[in-house]
Amino acid sequence: MKYQAVIGLEVHVQLLTNTKIFCGCSTRFGSEPNSQTCPVCLGLPGALPVLNKKVVEYAIRAGLATNCSIAPRSIFARKNYFYPDLPKGYQISQYELPICTDGHLDIQVDGETKRIGITRIHMEEDAGKLVHMDTMEAGEKSYVDLNRACTPLLEVVSEPDLRSADEAVAYLKQLHQIVVYLGICDGNMEEGSFRCDANVSLMPVSSNEFGTRAELKNINSFRFVKQAIEYEIERQAEILEEGGTVIQETRLFDPATGTTRSMRSKEEAHDYRYFPDPDLVPLVVSDRWIGEIRSTLPELPDAKRQRYTTELGLPDLDAEVLSSSRDIADYFDACVTLYPQAKPVSNWVMGEVMRALKEDNRDIAECPVTPALLTEMLKLVEKGTISGKIAKTVFDEMYKTGREPARIVEEKGLVQVSDSGAIEKIIDEVMAANADKVEEYRSGKDKLFGFFVGQVMKASKGKANPALVNELLLKKLQG
Amino acid sequence: MELFELTIHELHELLKNREVSSVEATKSLLSRIEAVEGKVKSFITVTPEEALKNADEADRRIAAGEIDLLTGIPLALKDIFLTKGITTTCASRILSNFIPPYDATATERLKERGMVLLGKLNQDEFAMGSSTETSWFGKTRNPWNLDCIPGGSSGGSAAAVAARQATATLGTDTGGSIRQPAAHCGCVGLKPTYGRVSRYGVIAFASSLDQVGPLTRDVTDCAIMLGAVAGYDPKDSTSVDTPVPDYLKALTGDARGLRIGLPREYFIEGLDPDVKKAMDGAIATFRSLGAEFVEMSLPHTDYATAVYYLIATAEASSNLARYDGVRFGYRNQDARGLLDMYMVSRDEGFGAEVKRRIMLGTYALSSGYYDAYYLKAQKVRTLIMQDFIKAFESLDLILTPVAPTPAFRLGEKSDDPLQMYLSDIFTIPVNLAGTCGISVPAGFSADGRPIGLQLIGRHFGEETVLRAAHAFEQATEWHKKKAQIA
Repeated sequence: MKYQAVIGLEVHVQLLTNTKIFCGCSTRFGSEPNSQTCPVCLGLPGALPVLNKKVVEYAIRAGLATNCSIAPRSIFARKNYFYPDLPKGYQISQYELPICTDGHLDIQVDGETKRIGITRIHMEEDAGKLVHMDTMEAGEKSYVDLNRACTPLLEVVSEPDLRSADEAVAYLKQLHQIVVYLGICDGNMEEGSFRCDANVSLMPVSSNEFGTRAELKNINSFRFVKQAIEYEIERQAEILEEGGTVIQETRLFDPATGTTRSMRSKEEAHDYRYFPDPDLVPLVVSDRWIGEIRSTLPELPDAKRQRYTTELGLPDLDAEVLSSSRDIADYFDACVTLYPQAKPVSNWVMGEVMRALKEDNRDIAECPVTPALLTEMLKLVEKGTISGKIAKTVFDEMYKTGREPARIVEEKGLVQVSDSGAIEKIIDEVMAANADKVEEYRSGKDKLFGFFVGQVMKASKGKANPALVNELLLKKLQG
Repeated sequence: MELFELTIHELHELLKNREVSSVEATKSLLSRIEAVEGKVKSFITVTPEEALKNADEADRRIAAGEIDLLTGIPLALKDIFLTKGITTTCASRILSNFIPPYDATATERLKERGMVLLGKLNQDEFAMGSSTETSWFGKTRNPWNLDCIPGGSSGGSAAAVAARQATATLGTDTGGSIRQPAAHCGCVGLKPTYGRVSRYGVIAFASSLDQVGPLTRDVTDCAIMLGAVAGYDPKDSTSVDTPVPDYLKALTGDARGLRIGLPREYFIEGLDPDVKKAMDGAIATFRSLGAEFVEMSLPHTDYATAVYYLIATAEASSNLARYDGVRFGYRNQDARGLLDMYMVSRDEGFGAEVKRRIMLGTYALSSGYYDAYYLKAQKVRTLIMQDFIKAFESLDLILTPVAPTPAFRLGEKSDDPLQMYLSDIFTIPVNLAGTCGISVPAGFSADGRPIGLQLIGRHFGEETVLRAAHAFEQATEWHKKKAQIA
């Protein structure tokens, strides 16, 4: 029998606020254990949570960017369970009335557009971290670091609309791109700023009824998401093929083997005893505030792509690459504002700029060749002051020194030679030095034309105006 | 008269006129504590050094001309208020070694005004009880009759005031925990409107019901204490940002024209005859002061106790999860592994009543039972609140007894939780509705146990409550009688 996979993703997005969701402690990563804590995030007796307004703003941004409805009134709830990294014995989250509902993202897979529903986005606090150590002196011990406790998260829950690992990855990449674009998450998957759980089930192709799902945890890269889902689809297919039944459980992905293994079954699942947190009043957001946030949303990747192809007339590939990160798009947009010729700019950004940055392992935001410098150089090319070939030399020099292109051209004497007398002189010298080749050309070996162009350019140290060289050379060779 | 006998406002006059120093007053109270504490057992921790240090500081402030109504006044706090550097136990073994790194907002506000902290007062464990018998640190006695309970859960706070071991105290009230012990010990106790006083740094029992309030010798002191601790606190999202009036100004002595409701659900068959008699006397007094009475109904009263024991226990089961032995508090050192550490530490750290309520609350929130218990209780709670809101459309106050009987004997109800729970039937609805209520002395039983009168006000109606209570106090002598500790 053929099976159809049904996949839904739950994504945790760590928000880039300076302080935690319910207290004023810093959210900085990598500080000394428990140095960023206070009575609230330590869960001391008597301490009470106070909601960070920035977190709500970021949640609304995410909701608007994913086409969600923003709830005018939402409620925080307690999710109760015991674990040493959870100081209060409950996590403050949202349950029945989350801040964002009923959104969607349109993804592209194999040239097809598909709409993936977003059930909800809610705010919650992260837990702390356990550090396990085994030393000769102390034996096996576990330590608790609560720096991360109370760090703000969004949980973005998709509808079970995804049908393959590739679709899941496409959705995840797009969501990742959006939250980074919005400036609400650094998107660092290794540090866990953007992490994903996947619910996977199979049903016969002919059926509309979902099968029993497994929840996959600990998948912290796009590659692992694909691996984990593909493995899980295969595992469940084998079970069904053999007439078995898939059991509802939570499974842990092991990146080392690319497989998943059972963590706990449905019977062992917690009863979280959710109930509205009486320490926090219902969250009420006004239409006005939502409107203000909407008006400050950046142009999102989808809209950019569209603008690049329709308004700027760029090919799909260029639009895709240039909109892939907000920093690249910002760089490109700044260039086009200064020099409104999209295709030459795109060629340079996708070509020399990205090559140089890659070799140097730098981000585009810190590119020494600023949009102003790059576009000044492009103007020199347009005016004929330098050739496209020389421009590459000028670019490398700008990248190294950050200096103005006009000064580099002047100091290095790179101005294009467009004086026909001077070029004719070079041509004469080249023809004299290669009299045999001139004969061959004249007797019909047209292909040698390129050789002469190369020789002339070389003799001019690349400065000769190539168009002029072509024109004059043709005249002279034909005699 | 000894300094320990004085009210806040009396002592304040002496301090202001430099007739006595705060150190003298503090010493007087410390020696009073020493003299009677063996019999009453109001305190979990007495802090004489801290107190004398505070008093010295207060005297310097007073000498510099900076005097507030509470500067140099010796006070004591229920052991549910966090006090920086001073052990705060909530009367539980699980917090028996807990020294807080910060002050509750209420503690901080009293400190800012220059209070002298005498110590921390006994209570029911985690404020769960009506008799102060569930404390890990022993039982407090009623100063009027040492065989009787002082009420609870703020039993230590009430007993200390009645025994003149503290000029005034703070307690907390979740279902009657200030008003009922105040009634049983013959003092004044106010539960303010939910949101009036910050809960920050007050160890939570049931977050949607807990409220901080004073226990005092008279209504004037009650107004002073409320004014000192009330007001918005950005650290407590449920505290309400509405201005704090000058409560002393509300004490006009005038009760004329007040429309007071008498809810028939509170004047039931089986009400203790002495309590009934005291209520009749109080009604007559108010009539003579020009108040008007209206018989009325609060129709959902019967459900209040059931609703309370679902909501309060549900919230408590979650609030008490943090006592896991991981970061602070009691931990069994012999436990093997995490689960064992949790279970043994909590089993040994919590007393029977606390465990009973954690189990009840956990059950009420469990999947499959949530809708039938917790959710339904919340709905009925709304109906109870609406009863009050509707009643106050045409009334200024509601008058009821505080408790169905005067203080009962130690051990009388400890084996019968249900009987114990019913001792709060007249106070619980006020917490569920979130309004305010005061207990003022209104008489004695035939054998000399105090009886309290409850005046319930609308949301943020503390001024009216205090005005009526004060007028009643001025017209009666009950508050002048003092417990003879024998």
